[in-house]
Amino acid sequence: MTSTTSHPPAPGPTAGESAAAPAVVVDGVRKAFRLPHQQYSTLKERALHPFRATTYDVLQAVDDVNFEVAEGEFFGIVGRNGSGKSTLLKCLAGIYDVDEGHLAVNGRLSPFIELGVGFNMDLTARDNVMINAIMLGLTRQQARDRFDDIIAFAELEDFLDLKLKNYSSGMTVRLAFSVAIQVDAEVLLIDEVLAVGDAAFQQKCFAEFQRMKDAGRTILFVTHDMGAVERFCDRAVLLEKGRMVDLGEPAAIARRYNELNFGRTVHQMSEGGDDSDERFGDQAAQIVDAWFESLDGERIAEAAHGVPFRAVLEARFNEAIDDPIFGFTLRNDVGTTIFATTTDLDHGSTGSFRAGETVVVRMEFQNLLVTSQYRLTPSIARAGIGADALDLRTDLATVFIHGGHYTGGVVNVPHGFTIERAG
Amino acid sequence: MSATTTSSRRRHAPSAFGDDLRRFWNLTVTLATTEFKLRYFGSVLGYFWSLARPLMFFGVLYVVFTQVLRFGDEIDHYPVYLLTSIILWTFFVDTTNGCVQCLVAREGLLRKMRFPRLVIPLSVALTALFNLGTNLIAVLVFALASGVEVRWTWLEMIPIVALLAVFAIGIGMLLSVLYVRFRDIQPIWEVFSQILFYGSPILYVSSMYEDFEQAAVMTNPIAALLTQMRRAFIDPNAPGLISATGGGLRVLVPFIIIAAVFALGLWVFSREAPRIAENL
Repeated sequence: MTSTTSHPPAPGPTAGESAAAPAVVVDGVRKAFRLPHQQYSTLKERALHPFRATTYDVLQAVDDVNFEVAEGEFFGIVGRNGSGKSTLLKCLAGIYDVDEGHLAVNGRLSPFIELGVGFNMDLTARDNVMINAIMLGLTRQQARDRFDDIIAFAELEDFLDLKLKNYSSGMTVRLAFSVAIQVDAEVLLIDEVLAVGDAAFQQKCFAEFQRMKDAGRTILFVTHDMGAVERFCDRAVLLEKGRMVDLGEPAAIARRYNELNFGRTVHQMSEGGDDSDERFGDQAAQIVDAWFESLDGERIAEAAHGVPFRAVLEARFNEAIDDPIFGFTLRNDVGTTIFATTTDLDHGSTGSFRAGETVVVRMEFQNLLVTSQYRLTPSIARAGIGADALDLRTDLATVFIHGGHYTGGVVNVPHGFTIERAG
Repeated sequence: MSATTTSSRRRHAPSAFGDDLRRFWNLTVTLATTEFKLRYFGSVLGYFWSLARPLMFFGVLYVVFTQVLRFGDEIDHYPVYLLTSIILWTFFVDTTNGCVQCLVAREGLLRKMRFPRLVIPLSVALTALFNLGTNLIAVLVFALASGVEVRWTWLEMIPIVALLAVFAIGIGMLLSVLYVRFRDIQPIWEVFSQILFYGSPILYVSSMYEDFEQAAVMTNPIAALLTQMRRAFIDPNAPGLISATGGGLRVLVPFIIIAAVFALGLWVFSREAPRIAENL
């Protein structure tokens, strides 16, 4: 990648845990929030009931977390919604005070945890860049010097004098990211930035991360996106209910994360062998049935290669749920996942359901499957990134595919040959 | 606790001042200028609107007091005094009222970024100060047109405005963190500032009090500053702070009150600063 940004050369060695002093030390950090039962938010209430004891629940958001991050390391903090990862990041950033324990950061720390903090929609991009750059710690002179680089990286030269409220969300994020990478920080804290921007710009962001990593900057990165964790992080920590569940290789952490989300990973379930119809999720919605059917709507137990058919699930809602995510996973006879999809990826909003309603979800697909037996694992999850499973039933339906050539591959992708004699 | 532990603890809890004064100042100025820009340059008549509010207020009071109540005939340059005191009062009220909700209004910043918390109330005061600066130009024009003589004592306006700012910021710091906890601070302060408005010599001058009342009223820093303003800026024969308070150590009372309010505000604000983000 060709970078148009100008950073001072970052000091220190590049990635490696052998570096002398760790960049970040988190030692026995605990952080609790008090959630009062009655909110005495007025002086009047205080004056009228001076002796009434305030009762409150204590939410232990971060509970005895310990880790060290080496200089130059790309470190992931992952966990489900409410696992305390953002609270931990805010403690690290110095936005929240910790109750117990000790935090140390060696090197300049980026002061923000989210992109576009302090953007003002009523000002032009030009003004916002200057303001944002100063907020993030640059001097006025530095901000002026780097202005052109910022705009060039964001590719927004033509929209400089447009008010930010007229920007698309993607443009705003590009601008915010471009300013943020100009911050002279040795330790960066990033909370969920990769979920935004179009694919091309995301690619650019990834390249920029790689560049920062190569420059020896330490990055702490909070995310739900296991793909990004496996791709970028050297190590990651998994949090659940404020506690550390696991710390280690990104691949292992991603697997544990999926376990927490769906009970167990697909990989382990297949190792579990023939105890089919295992069930996970909080059962706020229940999968009643699942089957395969032909395009005429007839239930089938076998299909010919090349003939499209449908996977179907039927579910009942025990609670009102908005926009549930329906998912289908198809695995072959040796337990390899051949194909998985969710409505979150392809369908978007699925609608609101009342308690007691039932729903039938059909997923029609092109049949590229080679001869084998395939098992269907339907799932329902709550909307949102890092969705919580409502119900998941492994291997609920089976279909046998016949015909086609057995090639040893798991699918037979339509293809053609071109043969030309050279010379 | 070892030295390194102390330093990193200080780094990690958000504080009132932070550890980088240059950044503190840059942020304060940036927030203040942005706010000023948004308020007055967003509309076509920009500067006019920033003046319109105190001028309209002045116009109404002027008509009521000089034409209806026949008041102010015996006060030299009463209209100039009225306008100046209104504009100084506007600065005080803009700062304190603006501070009440400033932390809650900047929730997004406070919860997503580490910066010295004191920047926010200070930027409110600075915006009000910019506003005061532009308004004082109008006061100057009006004073000269009314035949007020230019004198060296005009320079006293600088410490007068500075002391008023310190007083307003002291109250502002206190109000801003109290509002995070108690949402009825807003109406309480509105009532309180009304009392302060009528209790201070804004519509009238302090020499109209009886001696005894005057001693009590002069403990009010705003009354003290406006009294001195009249002598320094408008009428060198008017009683200043020294004669109004009766001289001696009593002169110090308003200054002690300003210092005490500022110290109290700063102490409460610094104590609350690490927890502002989570209490919002």
